[in-house]
Amino acid sequence: MTASTYLRLEGIHKRFGKFEALKSIALDVTRDELMVFLGPSGCGKTTLLRIIAGLETQDAGMIVQDGRNISALPAIDRDYGIVFQSYALFPNLTIADNVAYGLVNRRAGRAVIKSRVHELLALVGLPEAGPKYPSQLSGGQQQRIALARALAPAPGLLLLDEPLSALDALERVRLRGEIRALQQRLGVTTIMVTHDQEEALSMADRIVVMNAGRIEQVGTPREIYEVPATPFAADFVGKVNVLPAIAEADGTCRVGGTVLAIDRRGLPSGTALKLYLRPEDISLSVNGAADSNTVPAKVSKIEFLGAFCMVGVHLDAPGAPPLVVNMPRHTVTAARLCPGAAVSVCLPAASLRILG
Amino acid sequence: MATAAATIAPPPAPAVQRVHHWQERVAQGLLVACCAALALFLFAPLFMILVKSVQDKDGAFVGLLQFRQYFETAALRQSILNTLGISFAVTAITVPLAFTYAYALTRSCMPGRPWFRVIALTPILAPSLMAAISFIQWFGTQGLLKGLLGGASIYGPLGIILSSIYATFPHALMIVLTALLLSDGRLYEAAESLRTPTWRKFFTITLPGAKFGLVSAAMVVFSYTVSDFGIPKVIGGNFNVLAVDIFKQVIGQQNFNKGAVVSLILLAPVFVAFIVDWIMQGRLQSQFSARAVPYSPRPKRWFDMTMLAFCTIVALFMLAVLGMAVYTSFIKLWPYDKSFSLRHYQFGLIDAGVISSFFNSIRMAAMTALFGTMFIFGCAYLLEKTSGMKGVRALIRLLAAIPMGVPGMVLGLGYILFFNHPDNPLNGLYHTMAILVLATVTHYYTSSHLTAVTALKALDNEFEAVSASLKVPFYKTFFRVTVPVCLPAILDIGRYLFVNAMVTISAVVFLYAPQTQLASVAILNLDDAGEIGAAAAMATLIVAASSLVCIVYAAVTRLLLTRTQAWRKPSAAG
Repeated sequence: MTASTYLRLEGIHKRFGKFEALKSIALDVTRDELMVFLGPSGCGKTTLLRIIAGLETQDAGMIVQDGRNISALPAIDRDYGIVFQSYALFPNLTIADNVAYGLVNRRAGRAVIKSRVHELLALVGLPEAGPKYPSQLSGGQQQRIALARALAPAPGLLLLDEPLSALDALERVRLRGEIRALQQRLGVTTIMVTHDQEEALSMADRIVVMNAGRIEQVGTPREIYEVPATPFAADFVGKVNVLPAIAEADGTCRVGGTVLAIDRRGLPSGTALKLYLRPEDISLSVNGAADSNTVPAKVSKIEFLGAFCMVGVHLDAPGAPPLVVNMPRHTVTAARLCPGAAVSVCLPAASLRILG
Repeated sequence: MATAAATIAPPPAPAVQRVHHWQERVAQGLLVACCAALALFLFAPLFMILVKSVQDKDGAFVGLLQFRQYFETAALRQSILNTLGISFAVTAITVPLAFTYAYALTRSCMPGRPWFRVIALTPILAPSLMAAISFIQWFGTQGLLKGLLGGASIYGPLGIILSSIYATFPHALMIVLTALLLSDGRLYEAAESLRTPTWRKFFTITLPGAKFGLVSAAMVVFSYTVSDFGIPKVIGGNFNVLAVDIFKQVIGQQNFNKGAVVSLILLAPVFVAFIVDWIMQGRLQSQFSARAVPYSPRPKRWFDMTMLAFCTIVALFMLAVLGMAVYTSFIKLWPYDKSFSLRHYQFGLIDAGVISSFFNSIRMAAMTALFGTMFIFGCAYLLEKTSGMKGVRALIRLLAAIPMGVPGMVLGLGYILFFNHPDNPLNGLYHTMAILVLATVTHYYTSSHLTAVTALKALDNEFEAVSASLKVPFYKTFFRVTVPVCLPAILDIGRYLFVNAMVTISAVVFLYAPQTQLASVAILNLDDAGEIGAAAAMATLIVAASSLVCIVYAAVTRLLLTRTQAWRKPSAAG
């Protein structure tokens, strides 16, 4: 355990009846970082968060927070603040009373509480909200209050359980920036659970990609996106083209009727491979330059998405799957691409990832 | 890049033994106490009935001998047929009436709908015996409309059926009304856009939507009629039914073992109906989506007028029954001297000392409402909002559901058998006010429990988690958040227990002592003594007290909602 590790999970195992929710999870969370648990519903990310909070008990495994073994402690004896998707604000208490809820119990003086509540409301950008009730605020505002309430007792760890999922799209983008800024300013170690990859990529210091009760990959957003460790990670974060291939002479493989160069040596000839390629890593050109890994193809459809277009292409190589290419709008216009157009598709060897 | 290498080779980690905070221990201790209380005041008495039914008078095991003896007695066998026959008839008449009435209230634009609703619910405020007394006044030997019966006697099946229809109507109406109100208006809009004729909408949308509600209402009406003791006692004449048989065995012959046997026979159909109802209720709830849009009817002159005519007839019937009882209490002597007089109140109740039973009822109802609500809501809270002890929780859920399937007579007999037992350390409870309160709370437990659970389930599930993370004890959040937010439901439970405690007779008829006699029992005794006027006066007092409580409840609830609307109104945005 390094000095910078704030929370360590070892061999966390959880089973609900016959369903194995978590299988031997091991993870180190660094002090002051924002770590995001990312995965589809049912992958165990929320269960893991609730185990860290002491709201569920793991069947086996150890949790060490700030050098203290909290594995068996009840929630009330642990040190964290938590924010839920549903806000869970007390509806009959004013915003000020909600924020003060955890302070009152710590026998702080009335004036101290009042100034702390003020401080926190200002921190989340709602200094005037004190006398209102939760139902008088918008969803985004309520979630800011829930954040203020969780932060009020200055916990060592902040847990966010899908905090943005109940909000509309605009509010979601705004609040995720605010939460990130606040977290960096306060330097509070934070774990957030989400199923939204964009949210994870934009907010996290590090992302934990989870699937079916296991950790698929841990890494910075760039690492996860650029160097996915598993097919699941490649597919779940961002879009990806998958090309089935068979290894041939050293450094090459066959996709349908074409031979492509790859960045991997020493694969025995005849091995079945899967090549993963991001849509924006593919380039199209109209006047077919005979570069390496360039394959003639036909445009099958163009989907306009605003700044970008999704261009569907069929490689001329028989047996190759259709590909999706991401291109800026201007490039599409300049090249006068239209369905049926003959193009050359360049699949750079450096971007072709071989997984599984 | 840090792939989690440790996930590949799972280390054999030791199983985790969770440390329990003292607050969790307190909550769990209270939960166990609740479970023990339910076992003591519900399960143990019922179990005693089972034991007694296979024992003879001296306590020797005789197996099913007493059941055989029972079925060999023709008169007793007849009681079973009588009871079932009456109950089927009442169900067959009441449910269609209630459905049509509810249909008129929800699907027509006839004037005065709120009034019709209130009038139809008034029977709940009176003990069931009141209906029987009224029907005797209308159709009895000296009845005003005796001629209408064409020689048939009101004393017997006819009287029981009419009185039971009156008494069960509001119960059926409330269930069917809920089912009709919950239906999705968008289905009708979709049907309309497809040019569906009205009759087809009725058979393809309305009726299927209300199906489970109708079955549930039928089961409730059936159980009520099978279990009711007051009506057949007063108007049944020589027509024997099971509930009265139990009374005769226990009070008349002091044969508790035979009583236990009849109890179990009475319990059987009620329990079957209860199981059917339980399944239907579950389906009823899963049928409606949260996004359903309420249906709003449009005026249709011919249909509205037909419905108005129907509802007017039913409402007049309701008012005639209630009105006759009140009228009888205020005249000198039916049918000879119909001048206004308070003599039934003055001489029949106050001077005769019977009035004390009215105050006993008020005290009993108040205590039932107070302690019952506290226990039921507290237990439901512990059940829904604390953690651990899965087995105890499942047991409480089961026990809380049982009272609805147990007739009051059966519970009451169980109480005598269990608490009057010389070896029971709690036998000091016998013949006290406390045992009446306990029996009544237990008898009406299920509905109140469901109200509490529904209200608690509507609260955010994470309040307790948030409190724990803020290191606030659970009981503090209970008093500061849970109780204030659930206050409307808590008041509703209190009112329900109060009104039912005022009118109940079957659960308490075996348990009262001379000094704790209740108003409903007094009506029975006055009627037995031929004091119809005084009995009617007592019934009128009960209706007045129950109405008052309902009005106060409505006023307090309205005031509460106005005061707290700042935070109760639905979310403004997002």
